[in-house]
Amino acid sequence: MAKSKFSLKKFFKGKVGFTFISIFIGLIVGAIALLVAGYNPITAYGIIIRGIFGRPKYIAYTILYSTPLILTGLSVAFAFRTGLFNIGAEGQYIIGALVATMVGYFLHLPPVIHVIFVFLLAALAAGLYGGIAGFLKAKFGVHEVIATIMLNWIALYLNNFIVMSEGVRRPESESSYKILDTARIIILEKWKWTDAGRQWLSNHPILQDILKTPANWGFLVALLLAVVVWYILNKTTLGYELRAVGFNKHAAEYGGIAVEKSMVKSMFIAGSLAGAAGALQVMGVTKAVTKLAAMEGYGFDGIAVSLIGSNTAFGSVFAGLLFGALKYGGPKIQSTLGAPSEMIDIVIGTIVFFIAIPKFIKMVLDFRSNKRGDKNVG
Amino acid sequence: MSNIDFDQKVVEMKNITKKFGDFTANNNINLTVHKGEVHALLGENGAGKTTLMNVLYGLYNPTAGDISINGEKIEIQDPNVAIEKGIGMVHQHFMLVEPFTVAENIILGMETTKGMGQLDMKKAVKEVKKLSEKYGLHVDPDQKIEDITVGMQQRVEILKALYRGAEILILDEPTAVLTPQEIKDLVEIIRNLTKEGKSIIIITHKLKEIKMVADYCTIIRRGKHIDTVDVSKTDEDELASKMVGREVSFEVDKEDKEKGNVVLKIDDLVVSDNRGIEAVDGLSLEVHSGEILGIAGVDGNGQTELVEGITGLRKITNGKVLMNGKDITNKEPKNIIESKVSTIPEDRQKRGLVLEYSVEENMILENYHKKPFSKNGILNPKGINDYAKKLIKRFDIRPDNEKIKAKALSGGNQQKVIIAREVSNDPDLLIASQPTRGLDVGAIEYVHKSLVEQRDKGKAVLLVSLELDEVMNVSDRIAVIYEGKIVGVIDQKDANENKLGLMMAGGGATDGQE
Amino acid sequence: MLANLGFILGTTLLYSAPLMFTSLGGVISENSGVVNIGLEGMMAIGAFTGATVGFYSGNPWLAFLAAGIASGILALLHAIASVTFAADQVVSGIAINFLGPGLALFLSRLFFDGATMTESIDFNAKMPRPLNGVFAQNSFLDLVFNQYATVYLAFLLVLIMWFLLYKTKLGLRIRAVGEHPKAADTLGINVYKIRYLCVILSGIFAGFGGAAMSLAVVSNFRPTLISGHGFIALAAMIFGKWKPQGAMLACLLFGASQGLVIFIGRTDLQVSSQILAMLPYVLTLVILTGFVGRANGPAADGIPYEKDEA
Repeated sequence: MAKSKFSLKKFFKGKVGFTFISIFIGLIVGAIALLVAGYNPITAYGIIIRGIFGRPKYIAYTILYSTPLILTGLSVAFAFRTGLFNIGAEGQYIIGALVATMVGYFLHLPPVIHVIFVFLLAALAAGLYGGIAGFLKAKFGVHEVIATIMLNWIALYLNNFIVMSEGVRRPESESSYKILDTARIIILEKWKWTDAGRQWLSNHPILQDILKTPANWGFLVALLLAVVVWYILNKTTLGYELRAVGFNKHAAEYGGIAVEKSMVKSMFIAGSLAGAAGALQVMGVTKAVTKLAAMEGYGFDGIAVSLIGSNTAFGSVFAGLLFGALKYGGPKIQSTLGAPSEMIDIVIGTIVFFIAIPKFIKMVLDFRSNKRGDKNVG
Repeated sequence: MSNIDFDQKVVEMKNITKKFGDFTANNNINLTVHKGEVHALLGENGAGKTTLMNVLYGLYNPTAGDISINGEKIEIQDPNVAIEKGIGMVHQHFMLVEPFTVAENIILGMETTKGMGQLDMKKAVKEVKKLSEKYGLHVDPDQKIEDITVGMQQRVEILKALYRGAEILILDEPTAVLTPQEIKDLVEIIRNLTKEGKSIIIITHKLKEIKMVADYCTIIRRGKHIDTVDVSKTDEDELASKMVGREVSFEVDKEDKEKGNVVLKIDDLVVSDNRGIEAVDGLSLEVHSGEILGIAGVDGNGQTELVEGITGLRKITNGKVLMNGKDITNKEPKNIIESKVSTIPEDRQKRGLVLEYSVEENMILENYHKKPFSKNGILNPKGINDYAKKLIKRFDIRPDNEKIKAKALSGGNQQKVIIAREVSNDPDLLIASQPTRGLDVGAIEYVHKSLVEQRDKGKAVLLVSLELDEVMNVSDRIAVIYEGKIVGVIDQKDANENKLGLMMAGGGATDGQE
Repeated sequence: MLANLGFILGTTLLYSAPLMFTSLGGVISENSGVVNIGLEGMMAIGAFTGATVGFYSGNPWLAFLAAGIASGILALLHAIASVTFAADQVVSGIAINFLGPGLALFLSRLFFDGATMTESIDFNAKMPRPLNGVFAQNSFLDLVFNQYATVYLAFLLVLIMWFLLYKTKLGLRIRAVGEHPKAADTLGINVYKIRYLCVILSGIFAGFGGAAMSLAVVSNFRPTLISGHGFIALAAMIFGKWKPQGAMLACLLFGASQGLVIFIGRTDLQVSSQILAMLPYVLTLVILTGFVGRANGPAADGIPYEKDEA
């Protein structure tokens, strides 16, 4: 008994343990906010949980919401691990989505090949876009935070410029034309609305429910990319180099690693991951890009995803799912209870806040374990 | 000669204990200092000298023990109390704000104002001038710290303490960064101060200086109080054995050896520092196989830039570096390593190791892309692991666990990891830049032995060190660097401290003959 | 022509003011050594509080002050994390950027019947224009100088901050703490107190910046009102080399582009407003690479100060 308790404490003093404690505190703070606002938090959380798991369709939507977040999370995490702070996932996402739309609309290719083309070109473009920040840092010492903030806005206006230009803009709208069918990755998109499809699906209610959503292959691609990121970081010489630069660029340089090239490589990979998010979103969900009045937030949410996932590949998958679930399930308290759905942002913010202060959690745990106290502390 | 007033105990520390978690940095230490006394605190790196003084200065609160100042028992919770009680401290790493002026640094925390919190810099400058004249500590109040010499920075630190009315001055390793001439000046300053009735506590591990300046000496070893001795009644050997706990000899055993052909040839080298100033300014030098060439010099005369220039970490603006006759000027660090150059960098934590990496990962820092550590870009864990285990054993690295992070090792063992890695590359040239900084005597002996071993194997060794004793003991030939140039090269046999000291201050080799 | 120029200059000033307040917030926080990437979130809560208090009280000054206080409280969280608990300041700032807008919209729904947009403030309850009616209407001088009080306040605050940082005892201490906290500590300066003060002040200023949006530029709060302004203010601070006067100039540059975009939008000029809107960001990048070179912030910026007590 005593032994199992000991190992549990050890778990909670580890990084993963801190994350779970932070998530717990975040949910508590969200509950308090609801309570103060005059809503029953238990009811509200009940609605959210049912809203996420209640029907196959809900689960499918949760996964759809999570997919871009996992990828932008991977993007930020990859850069973080190599010592760079990629605030630019937002802009790289926009570039990815934009290029995917262009390639998906203007290029005529056979079905599967078209998808591959769209994906690769979008990821490449976004990678190059991310690489700009890496290059500016390596060559001119421009801080990547300021460079990526600028690049985000440049991407946004570039997107708007192209979307609104002749030949791209769908008449009477503020959107582009939709990508061709060959470039889409929505599962059985056409078939599910045919008579045969309806017939078959009516006998398979679970699948029918799931296919009511734009269910697509994006999630699988995101999982695959998470594995790839993990593999690159931990099993390859490239990962060894990039992490060495991230931990200590002076030592890396001394060891013969080309630090400047590493920065560009790292930002290229980070950018292409965020671009992949944009491409998959276009191919699987939106099918087009629209004029943006403000940042959509996929990149910024990716920062939170990465932080909650301890900047690891699989952590990002977990955190992306959590974030996606909250983003999808959260607003349901608005429609049913009239409770402000922004409590989700408060929950996320609180989680990230406590992840930022492991020292506090450690202190609380230590305080509990040495109740006798040590008078010389401080 | 002595200015001590034995009736006045200005500092009395009794049974001071300071623990950091489970680690006891100070264990029951006693220290008494009288008015006008120069009291040396002697101990190895990590013995607990600085911790004790940080307790006296209020930066740490002691776990147990009492402190009395001028016979009055007090608690020094923070530096404010210490300052108020007339204690001033000059830290080993200067506590100066680089972009601020001398005057701004001196008044910081006790600013001269003209009401409403508005700074009165004119008054500050005037006061600083007055103070510096009174004690013969010459500084220019309007210059920025980043633009003045280290010796002058030290004077600013002393003035900072005096400005606060310090009666008791703590100097932490004050000579580490000074030229022999500047050290003489410092001794003079200390004499002046004691004449004025100030008391000085000087933290050091240099025995010669204790003999030169101190009245009494307290020796600390591994946090424990070993002895307090009257300096006039002891000698360096006795102090040394008390400091280390055994008989020590600072002589390095090595046999005479004929030097071989030229391995490294540097010709008219120019390298700029971070500020764009030509720190290495037309330097030429040759290192032969089978010899240790030591570079002596005061910190900041281009040593860092020289090593970084040779190893490709810093751009060479003029001149050539030839390695075995091959031009390696401005090549990428990777190519230079391939040319059989290995380096023990001056800052092992900044340059030498990725502290967050495990020992085994650090072992392959320069060879990760080669077999058996990787193949086609994929790492080979077994190859890495076998190699690390082998080196850990051969170089006696402790603990013998290749999986722990480098940051968990002691300074000496971190240095062993670097030496193991660099020596195992089988270099033709081994550059050792301040290889013993911050190490204890045991580790220092290990490093020296390793360098001699490489030389005996016929390698060329370039030793750069700020410790003159080290250069004199280990090298076969000694080159003195001053303002980015080699001002003279002499054989070890012909070297003595006076001669080298003069050269380090800019006098040429021939001028050194008196 | 003159009127057009007047319009552009006037709009520039109008749009620069919120950025200037916020950027000054960044200046004071980072000069003390605390990176504040949470300016965006602090600005959002300030904009919301300003609009809400303005709507209910009808007193713009009370609203302005309340905005500062609300953001100051949010900044206190950042201070607790980064000063007391030695947090990674960037991570803490990111948290603030979720909490600020989240809280603003959450509260907006509570106060305004489920709406994320606050109700518009009465025209008379907006920030006053002290020079209104001094010049002939729509004359050049009127277009340039007939500004909301927040514009003048922003410039005044630049002056005050410059004086504070470089001419006073407190400023010397703040900069010392940002450059070399340990040196300051050994001289008996309380590093923690200074950093708390500066971070809270940075929140207050960011709150003012938010209120300058919601009480002057427009007259309500809505979800997209503060979308990236805090980040731009942060960039302006870096661009301005961590100095109040530099940050001011950078903010004016960003404001000018906004002024130009709005001006072009009102004309039938065939210039893409999107491309125009993009220009200042491109320009910033170009300037940072070529002309300004490496900008170095305070030496200890972003590094938590911990006394090495175990």
